[in-house]
This record gives sequence, C-alpha cells and structure tokens, in this order.
Amino acid sequence: MITNKKPRSSDTDSIYMKDDRTEMSEDDDRSPSPNSITHDSRPTRTYTTGSGPGTGPGSSSVPEYLAPCPDQVLENVLENVLLFLTSRKDRNAASLVCRSWYRVEALTRSDLFIGNCYAVSPKRATSRFTRIRSVTLKGRPRFADFNLMPPNWGAHLAPWVSAMALTYPWLEKVHLKRMSVTDDDLALLAESFSGFKELVLVCCDGFGTSGLAIVASRCRQLKVLDLIESEVSDDDVDWISYFPDTGTCLESLIFDCVECPIDFDALERLVANSPSLKKLRLNRHVSMGQLHRLMAQAPRLTHLGTGSFSPSEDVGQGEQGPDYVSAFAACKSIVCLSGFREIIPDYLPAINPVCANLTSLNFSYANVSAEHLKPIISNCHKLQIFWVLDSICDEGLQAVAATCKELRELRVFPFEAREDIEGPVSEVGLQAVSEGCRKLQSILYFCQRMTNAAVVAMSKNCPDLVVFRLCIMGRHRPDHVTGEPMDEGFGAIVMNCKKLTRLAVSGLLTDRAFAYIGKYGKIVRTLSVAFAGDSDMGLKYVLEGCPRLQKLEIRDSPFGDAALLSGLHHYYNMRFLWMSACNLSNQGCQQIAQALPRLVVEVIKHEDNLDMDENVDTLYMYRSLEGPRDDVPRFVSIL
Amino acid sequence: MEVVKETKMGFEETELRLGLPGNSGGGEGEMARKRGFSETVDLKLNLSSKESGADPNNLEKINSLQREKNLLATDPAKPPAKAQVVGWPPVRSFRKNMLAVQKSSTDQEGEKLPGGNATFVKGKMFSSFTIGNCGSHGLKDFLNESKLVDLLNGTDYVPTYEDKDGDWMLVGDVPWDMFAESCKRLRIMKGKEATGLAPRAMEKCKNRSYK
Repeated sequence: MITNKKPRSSDTDSIYMKDDRTEMSEDDDRSPSPNSITHDSRPTRTYTTGSGPGTGPGSSSVPEYLAPCPDQVLENVLENVLLFLTSRKDRNAASLVCRSWYRVEALTRSDLFIGNCYAVSPKRATSRFTRIRSVTLKGRPRFADFNLMPPNWGAHLAPWVSAMALTYPWLEKVHLKRMSVTDDDLALLAESFSGFKELVLVCCDGFGTSGLAIVASRCRQLKVLDLIESEVSDDDVDWISYFPDTGTCLESLIFDCVECPIDFDALERLVANSPSLKKLRLNRHVSMGQLHRLMAQAPRLTHLGTGSFSPSEDVGQGEQGPDYVSAFAACKSIVCLSGFREIIPDYLPAINPVCANLTSLNFSYANVSAEHLKPIISNCHKLQIFWVLDSICDEGLQAVAATCKELRELRVFPFEAREDIEGPVSEVGLQAVSEGCRKLQSILYFCQRMTNAAVVAMSKNCPDLVVFRLCIMGRHRPDHVTGEPMDEGFGAIVMNCKKLTRLAVSGLLTDRAFAYIGKYGKIVRTLSVAFAGDSDMGLKYVLEGCPRLQKLEIRDSPFGDAALLSGLHHYYNMRFLWMSACNLSNQGCQQIAQALPRLVVEVIKHEDNLDMDENVDTLYMYRSLEGPRDDVPRFVSIL
Repeated sequence: MEVVKETKMGFEETELRLGLPGNSGGGEGEMARKRGFSETVDLKLNLSSKESGADPNNLEKINSLQREKNLLATDPAKPPAKAQVVGWPPVRSFRKNMLAVQKSSTDQEGEKLPGGNATFVKGKMFSSFTIGNCGSHGLKDFLNESKLVDLLNGTDYVPTYEDKDGDWMLVGDVPWDMFAESCKRLRIMKGKEATGLAPRAMEKCKNRSYK
C-alpha cells in the first residue's frame, strides 16, 4: 500500500514532519475523551484481536476477555483525534508517521484535493481514501488559458467520475478547475451520488446545457451550482426549467459565464422556489427589468451578479422604468456585486443603497470612466475585493485609494489587451493604491507603463502582500521614466514583502531580477515569467534559491538545458514546471526524464509543427505516481 | 513635472534615437537597447504637427510619448514585428471575447446585435455566429469571404467544421445541403492552422452523394 519511494509533496519535507511528530506524541499521551474508545461512530469499524502490521505499542498476546488490543485502541483514539484535522498539510504529515497513522488518516479524510489530476490515478486515490465526501481536481496548466496549448490536451473528468461512482456513494461536493467535462460525465455524476450537494466548475469546458439540465433535474439535494469562466455549449436545452418545480435547496446559482439565453420565466419560478438562495449570478441575457423582478423574489441575497445591467430593447424611451434604487435598497444583505456586463452607466447609481455594505465589487466587465466610478466608490468604505477595468484610469484608482481603506484584493484588467497603445493606467494609479490601501494582500495590475519607483513604494507601503502580479503589456518594456530594467522594483517586492507566495513579473528584466527572487523569495510558491531574463543564470537563481517553489510557468525567455538541469534536486517537490518558447532541446529534456523516473516530461508540439526537431516548443513536466498517462494526444510526446 | 523639463526638446527631433534624451547614447542607452522593444510604436504621435499653441496636456503627452519612443531602441537582431503574440497579454479568451462584444456593440450606433457581431469567437460558441448571407433555400449560408478578424489581436480566423469522416473542412466550400448533412462540429481556427483544408472539398463533392 505504501510505496516508500514515492515523491514526497513539498508539504512534508523531513524537517516539517519531525516537528509534527513531536506534536503528535503529545497528543498520544493525553488521556482520550470518554467517548472515544467505546463509542463507535463508524458502522464498518470492527474490533479485532489480531492486529495488522502496526508499530504502536503493539503486543501479540491476547487477553482472556477479548478486550481490543492496544493497537486497535490506539487506532480508535487516533481516528477520533484525526477527525478534527482539516488542513491537508497536517493530514499529509500525519500520514507519514507510521503505517497505523497512514491507515487512520486515510479513513478519516473527507476532503480529497488533487492539484494535478495526472499526479495520481483515480484508482490509487480511491483505494487509499475510502470515505471521501468532497473532491477537488485541477487539470490543465494555467498557461493553457492563453491559447498556449492545443485543445484536447487532456484533463478528462471521465475516469475520475467512473472511479468515484463505484467508491464514493456518499460524495457531496465536486470542485473542478481546468478540466474537460462532458455531458456524459455530468450525467454519471448526477446518477451516482444521491446526496450530491455542490458542483463548482472553474475554467472547464466540454459540456453543454444538456449536461446542466441533467444535473438540475436529478440532483435533488443540490445546494450549489457554480459555473465560473467555463465554456458551456448551447445544446438548445432550457436547463433552468429542469430544476424541480416543487422547490429546491439551492443556496448558490452562478451562471454568468453561460453564453446561451435562458428562459426568464423558468428562472423567475426557480428563484421563487428556492428560499435558501443566497448567491445568484446571472448571465448577460438577463436585462435590468428582469433583474428587478428577480430581486423582488430574493431580497435575502448576499451575492448578486446583475447580468447585463442594461434595459431590454423593448423598453420605450419615455416609459417609466422600474425603481431600481428601491430594489437595491430592499436587498439589505448584499455584500458582493458583479455582472454589469453591458452596463449603461446612467443606471449605476441604482446600486448606491448597497455600497456601504459591499465587501466585494466586480466591475471587470464594466466599461466605466472615473467620473462614473467616483460617486459609487466613495461610499464603499468596507470594500475588500475590487475587480475593475482600466477604463477608470489612474484617476479612478486614486478615488479607490481615497476611500477603500480595507481593500485586500485589487485586480485591474485591460479594456484593450494590446501592446501598442497608450494605456489609461500607469505607475500613478499603482502608487496611489499603495498609499491608500495599506492592507492590500493581493494585486493583479495590467498596464502599459510602469516605474520601479512605484513598485518599490508598493513593496514598502503594503507589507501584507501575498500575491503580486504586475503585467506591463509591452514586452521588454523598461521603467518608462528612467529607462532602466524593472529589476529593482521586483527586487524590492521580494525583499520587503515577507509574506509573498505568488509573483508574476513583466517588463524589461535582466538576470538580476531573478537573482533577487532567488535570494529573497524564500516562501514563493508560484512564479510566472514571460519575456524576461538574459541567460541560464536567471532560471538557475530561482531553482536554486526558492525552496518552496511549487508552480513555475515560463514563456519566451532565454533559458536553456543547463538551467533546466540545475533544478534536478527540486522537481519532485514541485507540482509542475511549464516552459514554452525557451531554449530547450529534446536532449536536455531527455536528460531530466532519465534522471527523474517519477517525473512525467511532456513535450508539446504546436499542431502545425509535428516534426520532431531538436527544439522543444513547450515543456510541461510534473511529478506523478503513475508514469506516462494513457490519454496522450498526438501532439504530445512523453520522454 | 521635473521629468517634463528634462526632456523638453524641439519638435524637430522626431527621428528615433538610440539612447535617452539628453545623452549622447551613453551607458544607460546601451542598457535600454539590449532588449529593445522590437515593435515600432504606432505613429499616432503626430510629432510633426505645428502645435506651438498646444495645450499643456497635449504637450506633456507628446513629450512622454517622445520619451517612450526614445527608450524603445530597435534591436538589430529582432526585426520589428507588428504582429501580436499568441496569448499575450495574458488575458483569458473569455474576458477578451466579452469585452470585444462590448466594444463592437458600442461601436455600432443604435443597433444592438445579439451576441455582438462575433468578431472574436472561440471554438464552440457558435450560438453567436450571426454572420451570413441567405441562400436561395432561405437558410443562412456562410460567408464567401470566410475570414473573421479578431479586433483585439488582428489575427484572422476561419470557420471550419468536422464532417462525418472526421475530416476538417473549410466552411463554405461545399454546398449548404452537404454541409448541413455532414457537419458534426464547428471550430473557429486560426488562419494558419487551416492551411491545406480547401483541396479536400472538391473530393468530397465528387465522391459522395449526401442525400
């Protein structure tokens, strides 16, 4: 059952494990609670006198009165204790203590998280963990989102749902990210799990409205159906009407990414029949008038995605529209607003009544100017999460900085994602945000120009930064004031932000920037690099300097085989490495594959270039217990 | 504002220089050139304008653009490429599509098209595929000029479909009836991906009868 040579996750490197073992010993010494020994909460648990290979204080002698042997007692105690462990890190550590702990941990784990669906097979996972209620699976690497990978690469849900249908009848929750899900998979899911409660699909594809219809009609306990940035094909099925007429226990229904029109009457009925509904995010085919009607049906909503936020075409010019302000005023519980997909800015003031309570506001599809934004944002004192388009300009960001003192997360997306334009936001906006929003933890900022000074300022003003992602859209663009590379700015970020775990760099960067990252980025887990660096040294600095690095994605940077080889000591501790359009050769990748047998080394060719020449277009490699996967498309070769 | 003073220069200096303004192409200029921005900046700069009476905003803007232009040195190793790069900037297709739809529907006066005019559509979103001429059968036929252009990226796309045999064909190459009978799925491919598809259409028409 235990393969001794399996690559350890980075969460369980030996130092960490030792500390935990000490803690566990202390737990053992404590006398167990009265219920733990005799109370048997698990119907399948049996008391046996002969114990398996345990390394506890085991004895092979059997007392006369058939009391459970010490091994069993220990395991029972352990089970009751481990039930309380929720953190996967802790659980992974506990499972490495000894076989007994491994077994008990496996029995008590209810949430299965698989960060790379190819790292372990469904069979292996379902054999080890038999009492799972919730599964999270992640598939494709992130750069696939930007068309850097041909379609049909993999990450199919099918084998997983087949295996789970057999072993997890009590499965309640499935969370998927970047997986290929078919309608058949959804059908199997709906049929196999009678108590199924929660389906969350993020950046998934391969299914359509017919699959959704099956889920809607068959999952009678469904509480959560969240479709986030997923691609849903239009099968001409009115899936909303497949929810039961008699009522649902829906608490969350998110379908803002579904591009197909829906039957509004069915939706209105559904909302009226779902008294527990708290989160509702509509797609852009819902007009303001329709939104108004829905809000009347669900005044207790906490999260609202407003759909198009423009009136439908048949509202005449002189007609008195519904009173939107009152509608928002009536929904006193709203803390999260999004949508605004085709916003008519004149209607924006309608949301004023809820601004004071808003903790999360997503304007990232709303092409609004600073003038439109200011009166709204000036009321949002409690705002913690703000997603917005750069159409608000530096001026809009200054307004945000002036009011939103509680801001934790800011994302500024480009209205025009091009390289050759002026761009409405710059270092001015970044500087303002750094000065006004001192509690900032996470930022994603797209811009056309930036300065080191502003980035340095942010590194000093926002010490709580955990995520810093700056995208200067012009490739190789230097500090636009000094003409220098952006090395110093990013250097300051890794140096001053002691909690930083995720970093994305851009602009003109030399190896020096990577030297900084390697020197100071000791807890960085995720690093994204594009069009940066001068030589192999850049990558070497990072691979040698960042012990916590788990996810490294690089494109169009001059790193070659020598750099790749310098990470051999670390690759088993990583979830994946992605390198596209770098200077890698087949030979170099082959060397890695030979040195590390538990690493799957995929070389992905662009579809119009299937000849095996020496240059590697894209390298994607990841640790795995299974070896090469069996669903490899023709444009992938596994070395 | 100090920056503006530094770089104040006559408008006659409009040619691209290597190095920062005020330098004689010294050390820092070298640095900037090392990985110069290989694309030329689109000349909306209009620096040859005789805007002596230009308002301060314009002046500053022109100055800052000039500064930027100076910082962008042409790297002789890389030819200037105006083409946008795949997947850059890293904005997800979904978001790009949504914003493209918004842009195009605001560009069109008064006319609100369902789903926009589909100038950028990814893969399976053919519910918004509204371009087409009507053939004599009264049904929408696909465009003769079968190129779609992504407004954002300037890359061109062609609609293709997979037929019963599993071959990928260019939409519009076979008659409508044959297409409607045999089409299994649609895909919008990049122009360069779709090379070599056209010749098969003739074969298909000859070899099959689809009724």
